[in-house]
Amino acid sequence: MFSKDRWDEILEALNANKFRTFLTAFGVFWGITILVLLLALTNGLKNGVTADFGDFATNSMFMWAQSTSKPYKGLPKGRRFNYKISDVAAIKSEIPNIKYVSPRNQLGGFRGANNVTRGTKTGAFEIYGDYPEYIKQQPMDILQGRFISYSDIEAKRKVCVIGTGVVKGMYDKDEEVLGTYIKVNGVNFLVVGTFKMSNSQGDGEQDASTIYMPFTTFGQAFNRGENVGWMAITAVDGVTITSLKQQVFDLMKSRHKIDPTDERAIGHFDLSEQFGRVNGLFTILSLVGYFVGALVLMSGIIGISNIMLIVVKERTKEIGVRRALGASPWTIKSQILQESLILTILSGMVGISFSALVIWVMNTILDNAGPVDNFANPSVSMQVVFTALIILIVSGVLAGLIPANSATKMKPVDALRIE
Amino acid sequence: MIQIKDLHKSYHMGSNSLHVLKGINFDVKEGELVSIMGSSGSGKSTLLNILGMLDEADEGQYILDNVPIKNLNEKIAAKYRNEFLGFIFQSFNLINYKSALDNVSMPLYYKGIKRKERTERAMHYLEKVGLAEWSHHLPSELSGGQKQRVAIARALASDPKVLLADEPTGALDTKTSYEVMELIQGINDEGKTILVVTHEDDIAHMTKRIVNLKDGLIIDDSTVKQVRASEHV
Repeated sequence: MFSKDRWDEILEALNANKFRTFLTAFGVFWGITILVLLLALTNGLKNGVTADFGDFATNSMFMWAQSTSKPYKGLPKGRRFNYKISDVAAIKSEIPNIKYVSPRNQLGGFRGANNVTRGTKTGAFEIYGDYPEYIKQQPMDILQGRFISYSDIEAKRKVCVIGTGVVKGMYDKDEEVLGTYIKVNGVNFLVVGTFKMSNSQGDGEQDASTIYMPFTTFGQAFNRGENVGWMAITAVDGVTITSLKQQVFDLMKSRHKIDPTDERAIGHFDLSEQFGRVNGLFTILSLVGYFVGALVLMSGIIGISNIMLIVVKERTKEIGVRRALGASPWTIKSQILQESLILTILSGMVGISFSALVIWVMNTILDNAGPVDNFANPSVSMQVVFTALIILIVSGVLAGLIPANSATKMKPVDALRIE
Repeated sequence: MIQIKDLHKSYHMGSNSLHVLKGINFDVKEGELVSIMGSSGSGKSTLLNILGMLDEADEGQYILDNVPIKNLNEKIAAKYRNEFLGFIFQSFNLINYKSALDNVSMPLYYKGIKRKERTERAMHYLEKVGLAEWSHHLPSELSGGQKQRVAIARALASDPKVLLADEPTGALDTKTSYEVMELIQGINDEGKTILVVTHEDDIAHMTKRIVNLKDGLIIDDSTVKQVRASEHV
């Protein structure tokens, strides 16, 4: 269908009136540019907002203990309870499709008092007792040394892993960190590693001012015993934590003598659900982007259709001559169709390239200006580009359809008579 | 070559019906050079359009090279036009954004001939009409006579059975007209069947046979002594 001869024919026809070809193409160019840019901006917004979730495994929930709201088995309502370390093993063994369960305890926190000292330096940091799995739920880059290990947990070693903010606050520049001791609430801990959050956005400061130590050590040193402050639970891929959480709650209720209908005893935050909600919002935004972009593109396409109609009208006589020379109606039709198709695709390609350039410029500016709230890395995937291409091809054919039909509607004898 | 029997054609405009051809009978043998004359409205152009399969007759028989031409759909008509007929128009009807060579090779393109052979053949016909060195010029860079010669080369390109010329000299001055007629006579001398529609007497007398049309009927059909155009150039 696209022989070299046909190409020549089409290019000649498009070249015959360059300015008009350019103007026609501009409509589609503009439409596709807006479509791609809208989607890229939506994506940038999405990247910015989802970065606030950090890198934390999104198929997770946090679960903590509140006080009971119903009396049960002779126990009063308003009773406080604590998760125990044995609950973790119970969840792991009794509920299928759970990937990680990390029990956690915390010291310090928002506007906490100074709790860490080293020599003459003091600082207020967040201190967590954690299991080694935690690094899999909350990815972080270990800059020096290592993270907590299971042998630390078993031996209850007094070791800790500190964030870059802690290093900055407690050490002089270029001072060796590993192998030194810091004093947390009066207890000495050996520093075995330093870390940086892989992708810290917004909460960078807080993330960096964090100290991790083995959960068991934490419990003994700070008098928490077997108690668990809260748990971070991640489901295996392919199963949402939302679908598993009720089983976890039921198990906890039975283990802690809580009325099965008591909805308030267990507090939780379902990251997967929240993440899904935000994702849903951006899916809608993308759809709006597609919709608006497609409408703008459509006006461009109507432009092509319109110009092609005029072209066909202007070339009525030429078409008559061609038919007298032996062009079949289908030859004429397919040529008009292909002209409009090529015009659409060509201008669309230029539009896509142009918007890619704009996106690149935006990214360069963003990189230089530093992070902006709720906006990061505007981009489009190849999938979007292909979708845009398919839209272009379909619309190119649609744009050519009416003009192509009108080109062959007139009898050759009438077409030849036109001056 | 051409047999026409009892050809009728009328045009309907609203409630009015205009009977243009009222029973035309005539035959053209191979190698003839026939002029069709008549005042405007006599039906000569309609007759030529029907012969050219650009239009269809209401009634009657049309046989071209032993092929009955009837009930054509556009696809077949296009094929027949390409194979059997070459058109020469009063206003040349060259495609203005194509070079002379590309214009000439167009019927060959629609015939499905490969580019290389097409260019060779087109060049051959351009040489024949004496415009080889103008092959890459656009029609706008050619004079009227040259344009008509390109158009003649184009009509010849697909080696048709019959050439149909609709007032080929209508847009040309006398001298150029004679040059074009000389070319047409030369092509006829090589054995090509040619029909020329004209209303100019001197042009008609440069053909071998004059068919006179009036009000949709042939009133006169006679062989004449051909005046060689070369004597006037």
